[in-house]
Amino acid sequence: MRSFRTLLHKELLRFWKVSVQTVAAPVLTAVLYLVVFAYALEGRVRVYGSIPYTDFLVPGLVMMSVLQNAFANSSSSLVQSKITGNIVFVLLAPVSYLEFFGAYVLASIIRGLVVGLGVLAVTFWFVNLRLQAPLWALAFALLGAGLLGALGVLAGILSEKIDQMAAFQNFVIMPLTFLSGVFYSIHSLPEFWLKLSHANPFFYMIDGFRYGFFGLSDVPPAASLAVVSTSLVAVSLACLALLKTGYRLRQ
Amino acid sequence: MEQGEFFGLLGPNGAGKTTLINVIAGLARADSGSARVMGADVARDYRRARRMLGVVPQELVFDPFFTVRETLRLQSGYFGIRANDAWIDEVMLHLDLASKADVNMRALSGGMKRRVLVAQALVHKPPVIVLDEPTAGVDVELRQGLWQFVRRLNRDGHTIVLTTHYLEEAETHCNRIAMLKAGRIVALDSTRNLLDSFSGLELRLRLDRDELPQPFPGRMLSGEGSRFVLRLEHYRELEVALARLREAGAGIIEMELEPPDLEDVFLRLTGR
Repeated sequence: MRSFRTLLHKELLRFWKVSVQTVAAPVLTAVLYLVVFAYALEGRVRVYGSIPYTDFLVPGLVMMSVLQNAFANSSSSLVQSKITGNIVFVLLAPVSYLEFFGAYVLASIIRGLVVGLGVLAVTFWFVNLRLQAPLWALAFALLGAGLLGALGVLAGILSEKIDQMAAFQNFVIMPLTFLSGVFYSIHSLPEFWLKLSHANPFFYMIDGFRYGFFGLSDVPPAASLAVVSTSLVAVSLACLALLKTGYRLRQ
Repeated sequence: MEQGEFFGLLGPNGAGKTTLINVIAGLARADSGSARVMGADVARDYRRARRMLGVVPQELVFDPFFTVRETLRLQSGYFGIRANDAWIDEVMLHLDLASKADVNMRALSGGMKRRVLVAQALVHKPPVIVLDEPTAGVDVELRQGLWQFVRRLNRDGHTIVLTTHYLEEAETHCNRIAMLKAGRIVALDSTRNLLDSFSGLELRLRLDRDELPQPFPGRMLSGEGSRFVLRLEHYRELEVALARLREAGAGIIEMELEPPDLEDVFLRLTGR
């Protein structure tokens, strides 16, 4: 248990020591999105009939920040440790694969939530949002951050070079987040893209999280929760199976 | 390897020294066979095996996010130890790291980083310490300090396993040596026995005459006037040589004996 706590502590210190890069920068990025899109689209788009576009956008941006930063935390930490070789310090210690996975994912969740809260705090200047169903929002934030943290562990295990990690980030994570309905309600999409969006697990995280704010969503939140939970379990099992055999960590 | 030994693992590059260390440390899986540390199987009972083992890796690795003290505290935590500062301070003191305790790892010289690696391997007071090429690229001063410390640990009862291709190091420190070649042990014996049984001696003589009594033991490498250089297989041959000279009434003006070294053993066994 102490091994787990120490590894978690190390992972938290690691991002907190460079919080300008790992917290302030993503908050700024999200705010820039908000300013630009809100200015361009406010008044032209209404969602769910009555919600102003900026209000609609904020939860999406918050969740996008949570997800991207959760992924960035575990993936970059693991791949950097593998490249510099200092992963050996953990591999030499009596740390079980469960403790290893748990520490990386939990640290990712915390980083995701810290950034998400940062974005939410800054956007208070722009919109006046009320959480209609805070527990749903919290559940989706936790599970979504957990899923992306686990995906980050998976990507970290599989990648042996920085460019492989960059490819994973740019060709998998980015498209899935951008096409998940952060910036629009998928009901405004043509039939084909609407169907495609339903195959994107990220869509359910954004949609479910947004339900926590408005009490409205494209898909019933319980269904979204089931999709997200199932994805989390599947990715976690894949990670644990790889970690147990030591794939690409122990020769 | 026996408990309490200072054991040397020698062999050319690619002989499998680091692979063997990695199997023992759980960094690699053996294709077949098993390894145990103080009775604990490295795969089945990995937690106990790893607690028994402190490994100083060959590569100069470090985590640039942390200071020396943070690095050592984290390493203690990975081994399940809390509040380890008394021991951390003692280790840092012995490794001359105390003044660098709060310096970031990035700012340390290569030699200092190596010392931190040694300290990291010791945070959990492991009974078995593995040093994988610990002096590669390390300055003389650190080398001396490091050996003093390691020998002290050995005297205190720690088992030391050393891989090196500096043969003098193995000769000076190890009680027992295994020589590896292409993944196989080609020799395993006490350092003394290896030197005695395998090594040749070089005997340099200056006599009061220009010829050696015949027959004479050993192999003549050169003979110029009254100076002779001979290769002897064993010290036993030296006795024979001296006896032959006495019988022949030859007087020795100068005599030099180059003692055996592991280099000879090594070269012969690894066939290079």
